[in-house]
Amino acid sequence: MYSNAYIFKYASIMVILVAAILSAAALLLQPAQERNVKIEKIQDILRSAHIPSTTANAEELYRKHIIREIVINEQGDELSVYSNGSFEKGDIRAFDVEVRAQQKIKKEKLAGKTTQEPVYPLFVCQKDNDTLYIIPVYGTGLWGPIWGNIALKSDLNTIVGATYGHKGETPGLGAEIATSEFADQFIDKTIFNNNGQFVSVAVVKGGVAGSNVEISHGVDAISGGTITSVGVDNMIEHSIENYVPYFKKIKAI
Amino acid sequence: MSTAKAGREPFFSAKTKKLLLGPLNKENPITVQILGICSALAITVKLEPAVVMSISVIAVTAMSNLIISMLRNTIPPRIRIIVQLVVIAGLVILVDQVLKAYMYDVSKQLSVFVGLIITNCIIMGRLEAFAMANKPVDSFIDGIGNGLGYGLILIIVAFFRELLGSGTLYGYKVIPEGLYEMGYTDNGLMILPPAALIVVGIIIWVQRSKNPDLQEDN
Repeated sequence: MYSNAYIFKYASIMVILVAAILSAAALLLQPAQERNVKIEKIQDILRSAHIPSTTANAEELYRKHIIREIVINEQGDELSVYSNGSFEKGDIRAFDVEVRAQQKIKKEKLAGKTTQEPVYPLFVCQKDNDTLYIIPVYGTGLWGPIWGNIALKSDLNTIVGATYGHKGETPGLGAEIATSEFADQFIDKTIFNNNGQFVSVAVVKGGVAGSNVEISHGVDAISGGTITSVGVDNMIEHSIENYVPYFKKIKAI
Repeated sequence: MSTAKAGREPFFSAKTKKLLLGPLNKENPITVQILGICSALAITVKLEPAVVMSISVIAVTAMSNLIISMLRNTIPPRIRIIVQLVVIAGLVILVDQVLKAYMYDVSKQLSVFVGLIITNCIIMGRLEAFAMANKPVDSFIDGIGNGLGYGLILIIVAFFRELLGSGTLYGYKVIPEGLYEMGYTDNGLMILPPAALIVVGIIIWVQRSKNPDLQEDN
């Protein structure tokens, strides 16, 4: 029979040893893992502008097509502009701005908990002689976070492409937002109405046809994925509204 | 004189061969012992994740069998399940981290199932039934054998599901466009989990009809 002391010692040494091995592995593999996450983000951005990429050529295509990375504040001022590998203004790369963290700051600021100013990233993409503006969006679905990228034409109004991703929405229902069938509905929808007011693009339960949402400002929700669809609806509205002051400023010029 | 080595058996003895190849057929973990079915349903839609999953499971069964077998005389019986779990969990996390670093796309497809190797009954089953009572080398081979047996079924199932469900093999189109134009369509059922049960069922049927010793007499 083994004594209790032996059992305790055995268990402690074992656990500490395994923990040490795992920490070492995590540290060693971290750079490669972070690179993968970065490439995935690049591919998502490119995909919203309909630029197909592979893990191998994603970085190269990104350098070629994304001509400027802009960071703006809530008033619509450009805080920093990054272009061709150097800063023209400021010192924040839009690529490194986490939308999720900024939305948290925005919420805390509204509640008066912080004096920090949220900033928002915007990617300017050159494709086939057209300039596209790509907005990263972030929100909450049914089970966890959902995110995406929305590419606008140079009129800053018409959507040319959208992609969505999710952490763990219900397969076959909410998870359908990640399919091109859902995302492609957004193509050619407009975010401003004829009077120039921001109206966003609504995700309409039961379908846009026959609802009181105009066909140019709405897409069909996913049957059985109502909460995820509402999540996408809120995500788009609350993410794009942050850019409206900026868009109005550039249009006025 | 060779008598000095009398106690040692040759490396590829009948016993080692049985340890390695038995699980491929008559002791197959999936089709005979019906273990590890859950992951067999989930990740066999395409060949690539199935292959990666098989390699991961082979690595984990072999290494955990080896480690537990080396420790078997020091492990206090009262906490042996916990010790086994720590070893398995450690190895699985290692595999998961390596996949995330070097095979990111596949790791996303496998998602939670890599983590769930921990609960794969095959691994705990081999540790309890074999590694706790046998020498390290034999245990290692037993682990590889059982991993292979699991992987073999996974790959057969994935082969049929990908071919019939998506018309591709390992991501490459194999069904000619012409056939689609003539009205052939991919079978949507094959993409859904129940299709794996049907394919596994057919494999079990074929296997039993060829192996009379596997048939129960009613």
